[in-house]
Amino acid sequence: MHAYTEKIREAAQRLLTEKKVDAVIGFRHGTVPMMSEPVCVRHADQVHQLVWNGFCGINLANYLAKRKDRVAVTAKGCDSRNIVIHLQENQIRRDQVYILGAPCHGMVDRRKVWEFLKGREPLQVMENGSSLKVSGKGFEEVLERQAFLQDNCRICTHRNPVIYDELLGDPVPEQTDVDRYEDVRRVEAMDSEGRWRYFNDLIASCIRCYACRNACPLCYCPTCFVDESRPQWVGKTLDPTDTRTFHLLRAFHVAGRCTDCGSCERACPMSIPVRQFTKKLEKDVKELYGYEAGVVVEGRPPLDTYRPDDPQDFIK
Amino acid sequence: MNAWEPKIIAFLCNWCSYGAADLAGVSRLQYPVNIRIIRVPCSGRINPKFILGALRHGADGVWVSGCHPGDCHYIEGNYYARRKFALLKSLLEHTGIEPGRLHFSWISSAEASKFAETAREVVEAVRAVGPARHFIKTKPTWDDIEAPVQAACQVEVG
Repeated sequence: MHAYTEKIREAAQRLLTEKKVDAVIGFRHGTVPMMSEPVCVRHADQVHQLVWNGFCGINLANYLAKRKDRVAVTAKGCDSRNIVIHLQENQIRRDQVYILGAPCHGMVDRRKVWEFLKGREPLQVMENGSSLKVSGKGFEEVLERQAFLQDNCRICTHRNPVIYDELLGDPVPEQTDVDRYEDVRRVEAMDSEGRWRYFNDLIASCIRCYACRNACPLCYCPTCFVDESRPQWVGKTLDPTDTRTFHLLRAFHVAGRCTDCGSCERACPMSIPVRQFTKKLEKDVKELYGYEAGVVVEGRPPLDTYRPDDPQDFIK
Repeated sequence: MNAWEPKIIAFLCNWCSYGAADLAGVSRLQYPVNIRIIRVPCSGRINPKFILGALRHGADGVWVSGCHPGDCHYIEGNYYARRKFALLKSLLEHTGIEPGRLHFSWISSAEASKFAETAREVVEAVRAVGPARHFIKTKPTWDDIEAPVQAACQVEVG
């Protein structure tokens, strides 16, 4: 069992008994291996459900926007950055959230494990430090955990929560030697037509289920632009132009706010690397305005502020 | 067929560039007829949806023009717009829209000659990129569909 599990249960027990919070949002085991699911625990006698493991990739900040009650929430580095954004955008007050910070070693990408198993069904997946023991009917494999991390975790530079009320473990060393934008630069190097085709192929399998939107903690608009009908800016069909419009606007909506938590990609049933859109914006925001989303509570998101001397070479 | 002329949607701020267009007309300055002007209250009013909407409907280019930084009627609308446009232009071009299709400018209501000059620049830039091929949902006119369909029929019947 992961060392954090005991701490989470202990903290949940304490907070619920002392009535410091109305609920604890965390993870419990899913119905199949490698699928931890979010759970909202309201009573102290249910805290045994709470667990922590390498499959808690869902961003729990998604369940905080516009809440009225007080909640405790387990937060990895990315979750905590999204909580910071919620605070900046007045989606929740600081005194409403009790943050159980979880220094994170990266989350395992279940799809990479499935791919490795080539059709064999994993029935049990155990984590032991840096290894992953996957076993099923007639097989047992020991995998190197690091090689099966989610793409965004592999290049993560904020593994420790940026904001918390208590830490579940000692801070982990941050990765400093990662190249966050290697893939973006590869696309930038293509010509215009090549880029068009690259993104065409990328979203060709999109079924417009909006799972990426629903999994995103930043997408809390009362009416999403895809649901608007008067005027209707985005068609509801699978027309390639409509699909691209959706992806472009979704990415633009999270410009300067996206923490690259990878929820969108992990939620996508078609395994579309939708982060390719948001990462370009993240790179631009960093280069143009020197801003990294959700790292400090003070200050405003880049599109909510300006400097008189912002770059404007592209304007005649 | 050399009849193609670029169609450009221009979003002009009511307080400056739209006035500049007016002044250009009153002053009898010549500029190309390829732009269709949509008047907006401020360049900050431009939602990326508008620009995508124009492209989706088959515009070959989009031109957004507002007040010079510091001159915004609403004090700071164009400052916010500038950040939005920088990111939008970069994102669209990153995903394969040709760089010559999106244009932005600051033109005050006194700068009629700059307006005419920029209009020429924009039209020439879009002409250089050629007709829009990507990101079109609705074709603008029947003519644009007719020619290729006719050509296809010709091939069919030999």
